[in-house]
Amino acid sequence: MDLSQYLEIFIDETKEHIQTLNDQVLILEAEPDNIDTVNEIFRAAHSLKGMAGTMGFKRMQRLTHDMENVFSEVRNGKVNVNADIVDVVFKCLDCIEGYLANIVESGDEGTEDNEDVIKVLNDVLAQAEGATSTVEEQKQPEKEEVKNEEAPKAEVSEDRKKYLTIPIADFEKNAMLEAKEKGMNVYATTVYIQESCLLKAARAFLVFKGLENKGEIIKSVPSVQDIEDERFEFDFSMFIISDKSMDEIKKIIENVSEIEEAVIEEYKIPDVVEDTTPKAEETEKKEAKAEKQDKKDDKKTPAKSGKPVVNRSVRVDIEKLDDLMNLVSELIIAKNGLVSVTGVMAGSDQSFNEQIEYLERITTNLHESVMKVRMVPIESVVNRFPRMIRDLSKKLNKEMELIMTGEDTELDRTVIDEIGDPLMHMLRNSADHGLEDTIDRLKLGKPKVGTIRLDAYQDGNNVTIEVSDDGAGIDVEKIKAKAIERGNITEEQAEFMSDKEAVDLLFMPSFSTAEKITDVSGRGVGLDVVKNKIEGLGGDVEVSTKLGEGTTFIVRLPLTLAIIQALMVDISGEKYALPLNSIVTVEEIPSEEIKYVHTKEVINLRGTVIPIVRLNEVLDLEPAQKDTEEEDDDSLIVVIVKKGDKQAGLVIDHLLGQQEIVIKPLGKFIRVPKMISGATILGNGEVALIIDSNTLV
Amino acid sequence: MDNNINNDVKQYIVLRFDSEQYGIDISYIDNIVRLMPITRVPHTQPYFLGVINLRGVIIPVMSMRGKFDLPEKENTGATRILIIKYEGADIGILVDEVKEVVTLSDEEIEKVSSDDADTRSYITGVGKYNETLISILNIPALIADIEND
Repeated sequence: MDLSQYLEIFIDETKEHIQTLNDQVLILEAEPDNIDTVNEIFRAAHSLKGMAGTMGFKRMQRLTHDMENVFSEVRNGKVNVNADIVDVVFKCLDCIEGYLANIVESGDEGTEDNEDVIKVLNDVLAQAEGATSTVEEQKQPEKEEVKNEEAPKAEVSEDRKKYLTIPIADFEKNAMLEAKEKGMNVYATTVYIQESCLLKAARAFLVFKGLENKGEIIKSVPSVQDIEDERFEFDFSMFIISDKSMDEIKKIIENVSEIEEAVIEEYKIPDVVEDTTPKAEETEKKEAKAEKQDKKDDKKTPAKSGKPVVNRSVRVDIEKLDDLMNLVSELIIAKNGLVSVTGVMAGSDQSFNEQIEYLERITTNLHESVMKVRMVPIESVVNRFPRMIRDLSKKLNKEMELIMTGEDTELDRTVIDEIGDPLMHMLRNSADHGLEDTIDRLKLGKPKVGTIRLDAYQDGNNVTIEVSDDGAGIDVEKIKAKAIERGNITEEQAEFMSDKEAVDLLFMPSFSTAEKITDVSGRGVGLDVVKNKIEGLGGDVEVSTKLGEGTTFIVRLPLTLAIIQALMVDISGEKYALPLNSIVTVEEIPSEEIKYVHTKEVINLRGTVIPIVRLNEVLDLEPAQKDTEEEDDDSLIVVIVKKGDKQAGLVIDHLLGQQEIVIKPLGKFIRVPKMISGATILGNGEVALIIDSNTLV
Repeated sequence: MDNNINNDVKQYIVLRFDSEQYGIDISYIDNIVRLMPITRVPHTQPYFLGVINLRGVIIPVMSMRGKFDLPEKENTGATRILIIKYEGADIGILVDEVKEVVTLSDEEIEKVSSDDADTRSYITGVGKYNETLISILNIPALIADIEND
């Protein structure tokens, strides 16, 4: 069977399960008695195993199998959760992640057996299991016999056995087969509720609740969510794995009032290979029938029962979204073209203009919608950090906690994909360099447990992510000393350097001040990489630090990457775009108001001294020829831009107006100066460059 | 002209600067377009003239003359931009004229070492076609050089 088409789903779901496991195990570590968590972990581990098995990843299956067993024992109260178990489970998860990485790369799980981890898992099991497993094994054959007798007894018309028409996915089949191997019984049942019943969902819920402790419901049709929402007629079907007898299960179900009947039998797992007899045909026919019937049913019934997280969503390949985005971009360019044509046609008729405006509104809305589709909460990146901090805490032997806020802040998907590593670097930095050792903290009278914060929030057209710690802060003198020692700066330079400039030295390549190099950080790769990456995404990083109180890294990222509002300007006859989000105001300044400070031009704008940048100089252009009369020779048009709390005034020649522009890269081979962040195509097909004012402030 | 029947026969686009003719392996050529407005890019490699918009894609354009340190010349009606696709990215090369497509076999191309140090590494050989000499440009070397600049 060709499984490759499922590989993607497998990878996605495995990632989700690993994340769930990481989260839940962290919770479990804090509250070892939380049975909900144990159940959740068990379910995730179980699904992982089933999926790995189906896809033929034997090693991964084996590992997850052993992990699941451990949790099975925990659930049964035979093993108590302690730090050792949590450690080994985390190790386990890392191994699974390793397998997954191999699978993503090559479609193969690799050859690492992870024997050591498996051994530890088995040791844990051996302590607890022993007796139980043998007992279970003995119990099983008996029951099977009983059931075989029972089966014929339960003669109900085939029509009532609605479960027969339910298609069973491979992984579900696998789960059933495995359960059988373990000596569990697999029952299929269709439960009928009295037609007079008013609260069907409540009754169904009671059935589920009753069965919860007796076995595992591996599938239900309609899905649990649908049942909870009362989206079903007067019956529902489910498949249960349990070690209890069929009568017991039947009784539990029928004990719920207003349940008319539970048609139940030992489920004969349809086997693709062996069962070629009429039965297989029958199931096939029924499956076909079922498909017709189930049209409205959610085809992808969640594998795990309990409370499946059903959000009404579709997975879409990011490439398809990119295509869509490109088309929207083209549309906007075409629209801009149309707008500029109508501008030329003076006195064009009213209704035409109205239609153009209508088109403009639609394209803007369309753009916003597509952008929203591409927005993903940063949760998907940051949710692995609590686990990372926990591990670091152990490794570095420092007590610390991570507090995260604003995980639901959304960013463009392409930014999300890139931002994980830089954030991780910064958190590691905070943990390693930022926080003091526990002993030192106590000496300093600080709380024993160091705090690292990750705060994300939207700020206009930007998203800001702050990574802060309450550690030692950055010793500016130390940095200067180091920089002098390394020859980055001279002693004189150091003397005149502001604290801020000195801190910025940290972002120079291969600059690390950690006295001892650990494998956590301190190899000097890091902050410069972080900075490059974030600047590559159109954002910037800033540091604010207070010696003895802590350090905060502030990352600012643009909300959208592809389409922005810009102010079009003319500089010496060339057209440039200035992103609107960094513009504060546009001012007309009489030239005599320009003052000099340290030979640099500044203006005093309502009490603030702002340095002036003559864009024509930066862009290597001759000053524009003033077309006399028309303009007042003695004033300059200055666009005031900001970056954080700093401002600068950019001198331009003419304002051309505001426009929505599509950002395009300049191509691979041309070297682009930092101040140019991209290019855009104007309505008439011309190319205009986009100036990144952040580099000029 | 017969198409590639055996492996060592390739088609080349012949282009001209002044009186010299150069050949580029046709498999690198994505497009040949007429001169269009080029937007200057400040502070870039000196031989890059800027960027153009080719059907919604922005493509950098370099001057072959600039790269070979030949004096720049007024553009004429024959001036073309050759769009070269290499490693998935585009680059435009401004040339005086695109003449024709010729088919040359490997035997017809003589490996030579040019005396001109600037162009030497970009020429893989010299082909003879109808009594004219065509210097075959080494596109990968040229582009690698640009990227390192």
